[in-house]
Amino acid sequence: MSVEFSFLLVQALSGLASASSLFIIASGLTLVFGVTRIVNFAHGSFYMLGAYVAVTIVPWLLQIERSPTLFFVGVLISACVVGVLGVLMEILLLRRIYKVPELFQLLATFGVVLMVQDAVLHIWGPVDIAGPRAPGLRHGVMILDQRFPAYELFLICAGPVVLGLLWLLMHKTRFGVLLRAATRDRDMVGALGVNQALLFTGTLFLGAFLAGLGGALQIPRVSASAQMDLSIITEAFVVTVIGGMGSIGGAFLAALLIGQLQAFGVLIFPKITLVLVFLLMALVLVVKPWGLLGRPEAAPVSAMPEGIASPRRFRAFEKLLLVLALLVAAMLPLFGDAYAVKVATEVLIFALAAFSLNFLVGNGGIVSFGHAAYFGLGAYASGLLVTKLGMPMEPALIAAPLAGGFFAALFGFFIVRLQGIYLAMLTLAFAQIAYAVCFQWVEVTGGDNGIVGVWPAPWVASRIAYHYLVLVVAVLGIFALRHVIYAPFGASLRAARDSAARAEAIGIDVRAHRWLGFTIAGAAAGLAGGLYAFSKGSIDPTLLGIPLSVDFLAMILLGGMQSVMGPVLGAAAFHSIKDVFMPLTDHWRFFLGASIIALVLIFPRGLGGAYASLRARFAGGAP
Amino acid sequence: MADTVLEVEGLRAGYGPAEILFGISLKLARGEVAALMGRNGAGKSTTLKAIMGLLPPRAGQVRFAGQEIAGLPAFRIARLGLGYVPEDRRVFTDLTVAENLEVGRRAARGHAAWTPERLFEIFPNLAAMRGRRAAAMSGGEQQMLAIARTLMGNPEAVLLDEPSEGLAPVILELMADAVLRMKREGIAVLLSEQNFDFAAAVADRAYVIERGEIRYDGSMAALDADPALRAQHLAL
Repeated sequence: MSVEFSFLLVQALSGLASASSLFIIASGLTLVFGVTRIVNFAHGSFYMLGAYVAVTIVPWLLQIERSPTLFFVGVLISACVVGVLGVLMEILLLRRIYKVPELFQLLATFGVVLMVQDAVLHIWGPVDIAGPRAPGLRHGVMILDQRFPAYELFLICAGPVVLGLLWLLMHKTRFGVLLRAATRDRDMVGALGVNQALLFTGTLFLGAFLAGLGGALQIPRVSASAQMDLSIITEAFVVTVIGGMGSIGGAFLAALLIGQLQAFGVLIFPKITLVLVFLLMALVLVVKPWGLLGRPEAAPVSAMPEGIASPRRFRAFEKLLLVLALLVAAMLPLFGDAYAVKVATEVLIFALAAFSLNFLVGNGGIVSFGHAAYFGLGAYASGLLVTKLGMPMEPALIAAPLAGGFFAALFGFFIVRLQGIYLAMLTLAFAQIAYAVCFQWVEVTGGDNGIVGVWPAPWVASRIAYHYLVLVVAVLGIFALRHVIYAPFGASLRAARDSAARAEAIGIDVRAHRWLGFTIAGAAAGLAGGLYAFSKGSIDPTLLGIPLSVDFLAMILLGGMQSVMGPVLGAAAFHSIKDVFMPLTDHWRFFLGASIIALVLIFPRGLGGAYASLRARFAGGAP
Repeated sequence: MADTVLEVEGLRAGYGPAEILFGISLKLARGEVAALMGRNGAGKSTTLKAIMGLLPPRAGQVRFAGQEIAGLPAFRIARLGLGYVPEDRRVFTDLTVAENLEVGRRAARGHAAWTPERLFEIFPNLAAMRGRRAAAMSGGEQQMLAIARTLMGNPEAVLLDEPSEGLAPVILELMADAVLRMKREGIAVLLSEQNFDFAAAVADRAYVIERGEIRYDGSMAALDADPALRAQHLAL
């Protein structure tokens, strides 16, 4: 009995240690969000940089003298270095995007994630780097009859200490009071003579410092690796969302909850701890849509809603363009080589996926950060049916939109209850659940390696025949969705996007409309995923990953989410560019990230927007 | 006029495609209280926001204390000594009274600085609730806090947007006293107002704005004394 108790105690303690680490990181994220209203994807990159800087300078310091003091001096220096990088990011990027829609902000900070990933690989190389243990804290402490690492005990204390220091900073210093004021009403703070730019720069220093501190403190426990950014950012997102975005106390509470859930969940459901965490988040958000200690966001006020304003029919010239594009797609196999046909097939598939995403984002105002989940689930449905059950291609392909639609309906039931950034975070969370299941359920999904041998039926076995199948299905899919945008249902979705309250007032059941819209978009993405599985001949978890979701968003951003057909153009441009450039450089992530940022900064209305303003100029009207 | 502290000429502003102000011109003398009157949607608040730099002016000049301020960011304008009290108060609800005042604090220019203690003399209600969160205050108390917070910046002139809105008659008197006290302290006040009696009680000068243009520019006393003039401009 006592063995069991001491085991549970140690388990609880290690839960507390991870809660502490998680809180230190998440507190920075929630702080930055509270003041700047930007959800900073690059926060995970700051964490990673903190670890890399620490594994570089701490061993160097310890060579001078193996003292605990120098270890912690090194950790603090690392955190400061990362804080300065945060300042750079604020001055160079964030300052320019405070006023743009949140989707663009998320994408721009994701661009930074990509750039930092490549920079880290370039500087530190692809091999994980193990850090030194902390002098004086290397031993184990006997707790009842169990050994528990002293460093973990130290971490358990570090979280509350950081919480206390943050409380003092926020309540006892002028800077903190100004920060708290800006969290509620930053324009008013400006009208009282406070230079917001400096305040925001200071906030980013503090936020990045905390992320860097979190990373640097991890080096005795985990090696620095180039994958640690995305794994921690999802956890930090979950903590801040459960706690209530902008609430430091909430983040502490949520970190404690998640730490214990992970520590004990691993005993009961060892394979699905990640799923447990996201389920907790979904549950909290259904009961408390603004998180445990969060407060309702004021509804965003914008005179000009982002997205499709009023869909219009094709003009003669555009009809001609369309026929030309279809002709090119149809004739391509006659003059292009096998590689060109492959790229064209993929462009068509991505066009359908991007179109379905813009159906949500541009037409419905539902910013999904996990659209790849439905794409990937469609691909897995087709792939598993063909390889595991020996089903022919045709019914397996029909199962793809059914699977995408089913899961979109299931997840969407929770998602459409939320708004704005909480909604985006929940789409991300559900996508990560789906990703985790495909990744961890090795017996069925093949885990990381995925499944090969997903081949199409004999009558479309050749690349060219399959290209024509995709052409027909994708074009039909896009036109069906386009029809829905023009139908009263599409108009109702736009009404709900522009003002949910007014739409309710004229009798539109906003939630039901958005739920159906989400399901339709999921089904279309699933169909695209099914087509993709057969074109590749394999499936793997990257088909559900955040990077692919971001690719889809970049496509609609590039094409212009204000236009109905823009996403098709964006998918073609994005995929072709990526295909041309990726083989040319080892640093394609860096360039992709930089391009996304450039797109947000200089070209926020995309190619479609550029076309519209060009047309307006030639027509003599105002753009 | 040598003692003009704020001078607006041909100010145009709007939101997106909507034009709201079509060339507003007005003047505020040092230590003077002027009321900007007009109906809902006439452009009163927009005028104050455009002067303050919270809404970028599209055309026109705004001179404050001899300096051109049109196009400057709001915090620069505030630092030059122009205070702003918004229509809906916008106190920081999470912060205590004392913390709200702290946010507004700026170094004084020459004259004696406002301190929380001096402000509590004018707004005795606030003195008893220094540690209370602004969320737990009544509308009138929040309005007083909003004015006190702006005074902490030691302004030479204050833009006061609809100070009487939604206040009980008793509080209204306190508010009028506060405006007159600011005037005695040498602070010029430009207030937007729909309540004529309140405006008549505190203002020396009156402007009537209608559809984004100034329709009347003259002394408050003259407007108050002449019902015909009042009916013509304010349709009261």
